[in-house]
Amino acid sequence: MAFRPETAKPLNELAEILLRGPSTLTRGERELIATFVSSRNDCYFCQTAHGAVAAYHLDNNEALVLEVKRNPAGAPISEKLKALLAIAGKVQRGGKAVAGEDIQRAREQGATDLEIHDTVLIAAAFCMYNRYVDGLATWTPTDPDLYRENGARLAIDGYVNSTVGLAAAQR
Amino acid sequence: MAHIALKEGLPGIRGLLAYRPETARPLSDLAQVPLHDLNSLERSDRELIATFVSSLNDCHYSQTSHGAIAACHLGGDEELVERVKRDFNAAPIPEKLKALLAIAGRVQRGGRNVRPEDIERARAHGATDLEIHDTVLIAAAFCMYNRYVDGLATTAPQDAESYRERAAGVAASGYRGLPALLSQQ
Repeated sequence: MAFRPETAKPLNELAEILLRGPSTLTRGERELIATFVSSRNDCYFCQTAHGAVAAYHLDNNEALVLEVKRNPAGAPISEKLKALLAIAGKVQRGGKAVAGEDIQRAREQGATDLEIHDTVLIAAAFCMYNRYVDGLATWTPTDPDLYRENGARLAIDGYVNSTVGLAAAQR
Repeated sequence: MAHIALKEGLPGIRGLLAYRPETARPLSDLAQVPLHDLNSLERSDRELIATFVSSLNDCHYSQTSHGAIAACHLGGDEELVERVKRDFNAAPIPEKLKALLAIAGRVQRGGRNVRPEDIERARAHGATDLEIHDTVLIAAAFCMYNRYVDGLATTAPQDAESYRERAAGVAASGYRGLPALLSQQ
């Protein structure tokens, strides 16, 4: 991000709009979708960083985040979110894997077109972020407390403001 | 038919950009900077990377639209685009681009598939850090665009001519103006 500010800007703006912008999905729900896809892509940094943001938005319920990563169908979350996570899981495998009945199931649980659109785009975007982070073998911290602190900061300040500060600090 | 209600007459990502202007802006900037803004890699090289990754992801709309844009930057050489998609190692392109395409192919399968020797090979053929960075980002971004386009089952025209017409506009003007243009249609 700090290496290439020209691309960091749209990358941060996209995350900000999708994960924190006005939406009928809660911030916690959207961060869970991002965390789930990152876990399917085996991206340690993204699943831990966004898992921490999700937990912050979910009254620090880290156990719930782990359950959603492990088995969303069995987690204590709404049926609508389960249906959206199922769509996100299909997107992770490939766009063509999303079937008409996956969309139908989400609609039956009350999902709107915009919520389905944003779920697909969040899942697709994390197939990008995960590959970007791991493809360049970026340095990855392993201390869980660091992710908790960072998660709280991202949850409060957002992606545009936080990373501007980080990029500025590293320059 | 697409999974959600989109404006008619706008195929592929165009219908999606028109549907959600808030996300259209960063998405078009993210194409503009690595694909169109001037840097040390030719625009044709960068569009070939995008086309190659889209073809590995089996995304008809993206591989055909970016293949047509690549061909525009290559003086209309559609045959070269096809050869790069089919077997880039045998295509008449520089060794540096072959090494970058190899990295892009690794990214398509997953970020962890990129090995130090892939990066070393690109460096040995003169690739800079920025060129390697942009190759990884283009490949990663097309793993997003392809899933976005196909995950919502957008329409993909089958005739090559309509792709050529749209490609000429993008090759000349870039991606940044697309959201404004599409919102007027």
